[in-house]
Amino acid sequence: MQAQLCPHNLDANRMDSRPVRAWRAWLARALGLGLLVLVAACAKDYPQTTLAPKSDITRMIDSVFRTTFWWAAAVFVLVEGALVYVLWRFRAKPNDPEPEQSHGNTTLEIVWTAIPAIILVFIAIPTVRTIFKTSLPAPNPEVEVEVIGHQWWWEYRYPKLGIVTANELVVPQGKMVGLRMWSADVLHSFWSPQLASKRDVFPIFSKTKFKKVNPLWFTADTVGDYTGQCAELCGIQHGRMGLRVIVKSQADFDQWVAASRVGSPLVNGAKVDPGLDSAWKTDTIHTKGQAAFIAGGCISCHAMVGTPLAGALKLRGPNLSHLGARTTIGANMYENTPTNLAQWLRDPQGMKKGSHMILPRPLTEPEITALVAYLRMHK
Amino acid sequence: MATSVLEHRAPAMAHHYPKTGLWSWITTVDHKRIGILYGATAFIFFLLGGIEALIIRLQLMGPNGTLVDPDTYNALFTMHGTTMIFLGVMPLSAAFFNFFIPIQIGARDVAFPRLNAFSYWVFLLGGIFINVSFLVGAPPDGGWFGYANLTSSRVMEATAAAPSPGMNIDFWVIGLQILGIASIAAALNFFVTIVNMRAPGMKMLRMPMFVWMSFVVQVLLLLAFPVITVALVYLMMDRNFGSSFFMPDGGGDPIMWQHLFWIFGHPEVYILILPAFGIASEVLPVFSRKPLFGYTAMVFSGIFIGFVGFGVWSHHMFATGMGPFADTFFSLATMVIAIPTGVKIFNWIGTMWGGSLRYTSAMMFSIAMVALFIIGGLSGVMHSSPPADLQQTDTYFIVAHFHYVLFGGSIFGLTSGAYYWWPKMFGRLLDEGLGKVHFWLMFIGMNVTFFPMHFLGLNGMPRRVYTYPEGLNFEFWNQIETVGAFLIAAAFLVFIVNIIKTWMGPADAPADPWHGATLEWSIPSPPQEFNFPKLPVVGSSMPQWDARRAAGGHLPEPALVSGADIPMPNPSYWPLITAIGVNLVLGSLLFVRLWPHWWMATIASALVLFVGAFKWAFEPTGH
Amino acid sequence: MAHAATAPAPGEIDEHHWTATGLNNRKVAIWAFIGSECLFFASLISTYLVYRGKSLVGPLPHEESQCMLHGKMQACEQIFSIPLVTFGTAVLLFSSFFVVLALNGAQRGDRKALLTWLTATVICGLFFIGMQVYEFNHFYHKGLGYSTNLFGSTFYTLTGFHGAHVTLGVIWLTTMLILAVRGKVPPEKSLNLEMAALYWHFVDVVWIVIFPVVYLMR
Repeated sequence: MQAQLCPHNLDANRMDSRPVRAWRAWLARALGLGLLVLVAACAKDYPQTTLAPKSDITRMIDSVFRTTFWWAAAVFVLVEGALVYVLWRFRAKPNDPEPEQSHGNTTLEIVWTAIPAIILVFIAIPTVRTIFKTSLPAPNPEVEVEVIGHQWWWEYRYPKLGIVTANELVVPQGKMVGLRMWSADVLHSFWSPQLASKRDVFPIFSKTKFKKVNPLWFTADTVGDYTGQCAELCGIQHGRMGLRVIVKSQADFDQWVAASRVGSPLVNGAKVDPGLDSAWKTDTIHTKGQAAFIAGGCISCHAMVGTPLAGALKLRGPNLSHLGARTTIGANMYENTPTNLAQWLRDPQGMKKGSHMILPRPLTEPEITALVAYLRMHK
Repeated sequence: MATSVLEHRAPAMAHHYPKTGLWSWITTVDHKRIGILYGATAFIFFLLGGIEALIIRLQLMGPNGTLVDPDTYNALFTMHGTTMIFLGVMPLSAAFFNFFIPIQIGARDVAFPRLNAFSYWVFLLGGIFINVSFLVGAPPDGGWFGYANLTSSRVMEATAAAPSPGMNIDFWVIGLQILGIASIAAALNFFVTIVNMRAPGMKMLRMPMFVWMSFVVQVLLLLAFPVITVALVYLMMDRNFGSSFFMPDGGGDPIMWQHLFWIFGHPEVYILILPAFGIASEVLPVFSRKPLFGYTAMVFSGIFIGFVGFGVWSHHMFATGMGPFADTFFSLATMVIAIPTGVKIFNWIGTMWGGSLRYTSAMMFSIAMVALFIIGGLSGVMHSSPPADLQQTDTYFIVAHFHYVLFGGSIFGLTSGAYYWWPKMFGRLLDEGLGKVHFWLMFIGMNVTFFPMHFLGLNGMPRRVYTYPEGLNFEFWNQIETVGAFLIAAAFLVFIVNIIKTWMGPADAPADPWHGATLEWSIPSPPQEFNFPKLPVVGSSMPQWDARRAAGGHLPEPALVSGADIPMPNPSYWPLITAIGVNLVLGSLLFVRLWPHWWMATIASALVLFVGAFKWAFEPTGH
Repeated sequence: MAHAATAPAPGEIDEHHWTATGLNNRKVAIWAFIGSECLFFASLISTYLVYRGKSLVGPLPHEESQCMLHGKMQACEQIFSIPLVTFGTAVLLFSSFFVVLALNGAQRGDRKALLTWLTATVICGLFFIGMQVYEFNHFYHKGLGYSTNLFGSTFYTLTGFHGAHVTLGVIWLTTMLILAVRGKVPPEKSLNLEMAALYWHFVDVVWIVIFPVVYLMR
């Protein structure tokens, strides 16, 4: 990059050429730099980019964006070009006579009022068409998910599939996913740039009269792991209210659904298969972990499979029943590794300042070890 | 408020008051001095906002930044926005309104000189009030837009780290109400000044374009600020008196705040940009040696922008899910604004076309203002489309957009005004060499800082995040932006050096260093207290060019006159007392939750206010 | 320039009293201020309308409802009693008429008319404030506090701000009355009273909007 910015041959050219050539050399350099910047801007891999849509709806949005972008780019080149031309062409020269004192030109002014208006029509038509496609609820969703924003994590409920999970939204490839979204506290905004785009979520409490449930829908076309995050200022940890959308093949998705239904508050009041239950009761990891989960006070805010409050839906913290299957913790903040999980349990405020996770008392190291194993065991 | 219930004829009292020294500034009612006070104060606040921006940029320089805490970061961007808008750009514009509206329309002062002083003092004290929050450790942290219900109760802000947050938002809510009073008072004053104080012959369609754009701004201020005042009162009531205007659990609707805020907030954008448009429309013709191209179209496009600006507020709310019909309406209304804006840009280019362009610092800043505003305008058209806006809103793409219009537009325009009018204000020409250094540093720094934000926004970086993880690859452009931000800081250091250097130099600026077109260049630099020994009679929108042409190209320096027989308003300290009263009354509301007898403080403060107002009303004006 | 001929020659201008429109500065100012105030009340009134019928608990303006009264939930009667406020509205309307007569007296130099009608205006204003104080007190005892429900918050904020404007107007008019008693409102200074009168009319007109929107509309 450095070498290209200051090529020696160009420098040499400049040395023994007329000023015009030097000017050209500078222009070449400026163009080269511009190109580099552009390449650098486009070539880098941005996992959260809006420019690589991976679903039907973001593709529609992208097409509107590209239309406006190219119109804007054309206008930019023409108008800034005209400006630069004027600046160069009409620069003052010594002994310039007084320029002609023109006060305007009606024809010209009508023309340059009309041209932008016409361009805007070309932008407005695809815009309005796309508004009517994108802003309404999903026409016929095959997977329905309720998205609930919390300070500072996301809750997902699949009412028809009987799943409650947090932060990582799992959806099947090629199926229309319909989201119904609201918030449990303040305003948030669900943003999954490659799959769903963005919409604000508004608080609904038990007494709320304005029950504003916002829709969003998408059909993901590629299997993969997509990041996103909250886009509306929601307090101290707004910057770290991340989320993930994981697109699985139908088979993988079905498998995930089957595993995630176990002990879900939406299935049988969280009662699990008696065989499973008795298997856990003999498992030391499970029994020690569950004891720590209850004794350490985790249970007052978190639902967890097999615990007395597994069936509760309105606890303050995320449902932890299948934490072992999630790839991240702390709302897409840390990788879900034993070390990170242990550190989170040791010092949640140090890991995420201001988080509503307050330990009633510090957990002991043996408790932490037990809890990490226990939480990771349930996938 | 009534500025004078009684119209006393002045006994000659002016000699009781000194003409120099601190007391003369405290009691001044001279629009030029108040303009300088506005400018100096706003520049200090502007630097403060700039320092906040630099800390923000340092924090974001690398992934997982730890320079400041997340809550401090929230306070920094909240105060950066609030400061730059209400304490930086608006009062910097007010500095030029004050100094130049009366002179450009051929008046000796504003319509209500003491109300003018009052506006300034309320603004100064209000600005200090909001910033005192830093000293007591409770800076506002809910964003400059203060969205309810995050801001509506202390419970919503509460976190485990700070279970019962204090007065952070109260400072903001009350501070903005104080500043709103200053703005409305000033707007009334300039509105009347422009309508009523124009010199003989200066019809509305002969007013300089700066006065015209300022006029539109005053109307916008008068109509937009009452709305935000009501919204702030509601928010204050929610926070302190248990109401539920924006609280869902009490039946209120947080979106109501957004509507009220943006009905104010969108016109506010034009309040910030139109003065810069006006300045560019003054500077470009002068240094092109050609009249403004399409004067009438410029006037009406400005009025149109201001008028339609009231009907587009919901384009800030496309992501709230308003439904397809509202989306369509507000989208199309927003697109329509691009047309008069385009007219302005084409007319500026048309002004320069065929001219003889002199690249003074003032000219370069104005040209850059046009060039940069085009970029901001075009990105604005991109997110006038609600589907595209769904991806762009609340990302750095928006941050890029509004910094192109507010920094590239307003700040470049205002800086152009500073270079253009400095000789008139202080009798000294700013150094052109340093001016060019200032320009290039600022122009390059501005683009290096804000252009990459387009990439970051489109590539997924949201706004108002105190940091970002490594994997998203945001660090490269963020580093570049931080470098750019320091280039901008360097540019303003050069400006400060330029000011100091100029200050120490001789006061030798001629009355008309640029061969200007408007009335301010017909009087000495700096102007005498009464501006015009005799009210000028105006025959066109370029009276000074007419005079110069009539004189065969050379005008003699205007002579200083004694002006002893020209009655000028008396200085007064009652505006300051009244302003203190206003601040105390509203400031006392800060204690509603802290002290059960807070209302005693309010009543005591109200007494100060009433005494100030009555003394003011019955004081001989000297007019 | 071509238009130069239409400009008055310098000698014709009384620099002291020159205004471009011929109107007094303060008159232009009060009109601009009233324009600004319109937006203030428009915001308050639209909020009241948006939140109409959205209260979660009583008491409600026009119908019986469940509300918290004397520490327990019980049936509460409707809040508004239309006859009283209709009378108050009429009084306020008459005061607008009286201030016109007072101004007319001032302009004609008819001291007796000025004093009589200005006193009448002030009394009407005071009566209206008294009515509002009584009303607020009465409503409060019927269970409607400021933060009881959205109706209470929007109603008290809207009518409270209007009441504050009336109070300011009464203070202003009383000041004018005192000046008039001292003979300091001669015809050539009647503009001072005209300003107060314009403001007073505006406050009345706002009430003309509030009265049907808040009290009559169901």
